[in-house]
Amino acid sequence: MDHLIVDQIINGLQLGFMYALIALGYTMVYGVVKLINFAHGDVFMVGAFVGYFGFSQWGLPFPVAVLTAMAVCSILGVTIERIAYRPLRYAPKIAALISALGVSLFLEYFGSLKFVFGPNYRVVQRPFEEVQYHLAGITVTNIQIIVFITVLIMLAGLQFLIYRTKIGMAMRTVAVDHNASRLMGVNVDNTISVTFAIGSAFAAAGGVLYAIAYPQIHPFMGIMPGLKAFTAAVLGGIGIIPGAVLGAIIMGQVETLTSAFLSSQARDAIAFGILILVLLIRPTGILGRTEPEKV
Amino acid sequence: MGKADSSKKTILLLAAAVIIYALIRTLEAAEFINPYWQRVIDQALITTMGALGLSIIYGFTGQFSLGHAAFFGLGAYASGVFDKTVGHGALPMFLLSLLIGAAVAGLMALIIGLPILRLRSDYLGIATLGFGIIVKVGMDNSSKFLPILGGATGMSGTPQVANFDWVFWFTLLVIVLVRNFVFSTYGRACTSVREDEIAADVMGINTTRIKVIAFVLGCALAGLAGGMYAHRYPFLHPSSFDFLKSFDFLLVVVLGGLGSMTGTVVTAIAWVFVLEGLRMVLGEAFIDFRGVIYALILIVAIILRPQGIFGGKELGFLVPKPMGSQAGGKGGVNAGTGA
Amino acid sequence: MPVLVLEDIDKTFGGLKAVSNFGMTLEKGEIVGLIGPNGAGKTTVFNMITGIYKPTAGKITFLDQDITGLSPYLVCQRGIARTFQNIRLFKGNTVLDNVRAVYHPRSGYGLFDAVFRTPRFLKKERQITEEAMELLEALGLKERAYDLAANLPYGAQRRLEIARALAGKPRLLLLDEPAAGMNPAEVVRMVDLIKFVKEKFDLTVLLIEHQMGMVMRLCERLVVMDFGQIIATGLPAEVRCNPVVLEAYLGKGATVA
Repeated sequence: MDHLIVDQIINGLQLGFMYALIALGYTMVYGVVKLINFAHGDVFMVGAFVGYFGFSQWGLPFPVAVLTAMAVCSILGVTIERIAYRPLRYAPKIAALISALGVSLFLEYFGSLKFVFGPNYRVVQRPFEEVQYHLAGITVTNIQIIVFITVLIMLAGLQFLIYRTKIGMAMRTVAVDHNASRLMGVNVDNTISVTFAIGSAFAAAGGVLYAIAYPQIHPFMGIMPGLKAFTAAVLGGIGIIPGAVLGAIIMGQVETLTSAFLSSQARDAIAFGILILVLLIRPTGILGRTEPEKV
Repeated sequence: MGKADSSKKTILLLAAAVIIYALIRTLEAAEFINPYWQRVIDQALITTMGALGLSIIYGFTGQFSLGHAAFFGLGAYASGVFDKTVGHGALPMFLLSLLIGAAVAGLMALIIGLPILRLRSDYLGIATLGFGIIVKVGMDNSSKFLPILGGATGMSGTPQVANFDWVFWFTLLVIVLVRNFVFSTYGRACTSVREDEIAADVMGINTTRIKVIAFVLGCALAGLAGGMYAHRYPFLHPSSFDFLKSFDFLLVVVLGGLGSMTGTVVTAIAWVFVLEGLRMVLGEAFIDFRGVIYALILIVAIILRPQGIFGGKELGFLVPKPMGSQAGGKGGVNAGTGA
Repeated sequence: MPVLVLEDIDKTFGGLKAVSNFGMTLEKGEIVGLIGPNGAGKTTVFNMITGIYKPTAGKITFLDQDITGLSPYLVCQRGIARTFQNIRLFKGNTVLDNVRAVYHPRSGYGLFDAVFRTPRFLKKERQITEEAMELLEALGLKERAYDLAANLPYGAQRRLEIARALAGKPRLLLLDEPAAGMNPAEVVRMVDLIKFVKEKFDLTVLLIEHQMGMVMRLCERLVVMDFGQIIATGLPAEVRCNPVVLEAYLGKGATVA
């Protein structure tokens, strides 16, 4: 039985790592503009499609296809912020949230148009064969290895960016206070754009990896992973980058283990049930800090 | 001031309702409104009832819910299955089943609301979203516990007794009752919680109790609307009650303007008609472009009017005189009740 | 019988002592000033009296009843009302509704009455509205009754906070810097207003204030805090010359100019 569990944990880790790529975008955007960017899951979807077109139709090598998807989605993310969120930045929070829902629906339905991605499921032809390695009775696939390595490299890169670069420092100050940042000479608009660009690029990478790991894509594929990733970000403590990764890994494990050992239909119910329980015990997520409101 | 004025407003409201009712009936008799449009009207009214529930919860009390459709669905299934198995469409049974729909949704709201209403803003939104998804999973698998519910294949067979008359007068009743609630110390306690929960607490308002009352009432209205839906549309399916439907309710309340019943009612009705209008204008292409245009309207509308169409104001006859104000909310953004 | 007794109150936030060994007694009808430098713990004391914070140790007695750790809304219903340093009105509501909201716990009608507008509801609502209007009139806000609280000028917002506090029919009123940000003429008017309100509604008043002029004119007794502890008490004139107090405010070696 041990091997079966270990295999499932590895599967869960693969899923969790992909959630982490999406969750980071949610958490970074929430950090700087306090907005639940509901369109983020759909940016992930666009990333999956662009990557798929890249390696299966335009003949790009796989890494180039991933980079192309990331580039396209950064531009998309920045554009979305410019058009749909920036005019509402200092309006009530709910207005931007509704706008985000609008963008989400727009991407889904626009993608469903026949001359865009089309409404149907597409089966993804992987650019390489899936190979299984057996090590001490544990099964690992080359796809899983690619996912792990890519995600770890990206996380390290993000950590460096946020804590070791000027733009990272700008992002951290904007997350605390827009006006104070502006007074200190930080270009708030640009910083927010960069945050959207990075978050969207991460989601795009997640999308392409998702497409080769679970080789079926369609215009509504972003909804559920998007919600789960967002849940993961909240679970870990929204706005906190390590929290997003931790939450994503937990979500991946919960989902995979419940599908494998309990019931695949109850999977979502259990994942969200755990979310509610965690929030009741720690209302700001696992790593979130509760700051009592000043009276 | 005084009772006379108050009943005058109510009479005005009733008179307006009678005129609208007579108009629709006449148009129907003149075959201006065919059964298809009749369904559209009924759909709009049912949405209004459910949206008014969310208006109490979010618009007036400020408790962010992304799971309203779950309560709508719980009401629809509870009411539908009762009438299908026990009531068989007899009039008292129909009314009883509506009550059951509201009660089941309200009870569930009480159970879930007591723990989760401690959460604030976005966290509450996510918890209710999660609850909605759990309910949807439950509906998809309901046939395992109760085969009659049909699980993911849906349930049909609820007696279709809710005609336009029922839907219309029930909607009016709901509007009047919600108005009465809002313009009482309950409603004012709700808006104080929305405006500043700590200050409300310090001013002697049991904020937990108020939040639970608002949540239970609002969800019970969703359940009532769901019960009506089950008796008007023969086929219940879990996907009609998923989180996209919750967003539908949310955008009606937000586009109408938070803290404005008028806004909720007008937007709930207008939104259904805008979509049907699009269907007429676009013809065949509609099927493809519906979602895209829906999304674009949504984005443009919220950017043009972030405070919603009515931005906290009410039309005069929804404000009962001795308790209301002449001024209304003129502050714009999140201006409040206008009371 | 004393109105309020605080005994050996401690409050720590994660190891940091915000208030320690705090004790004081308020007699009926007094106006007492709680003063001290910024961060001395004055507002924390208010927050403990009103139930927003639970004291880490100690006992709070109000009218002979132990109210330590009671929820804020229950403390208010017992008869303690307050205003806030950073005005916390229900901004999106009208001035009238800011006051009427406070009547909720003792409106005298239930949910059923409200939803079906029973005669009892109409009668009680009329009473509530009349009382609220009287309060607004007493504080010079009647003309603005239907304006949004957010649209009132600053001084009127401070008065509305007092009106709202009075709607709870308190026995004890806590005022947290009621004259903050006011010019000297406004301060004089605020002093008169507080005296007037205290007499009219038969109140005991505890106030936090920085403006010495106001404190001297208004308070019968002062309690001075620094670093979470009481460093002096007494008549305003005494406290003014107390070297310990001067040191806390102005630094070591300061003397009366």
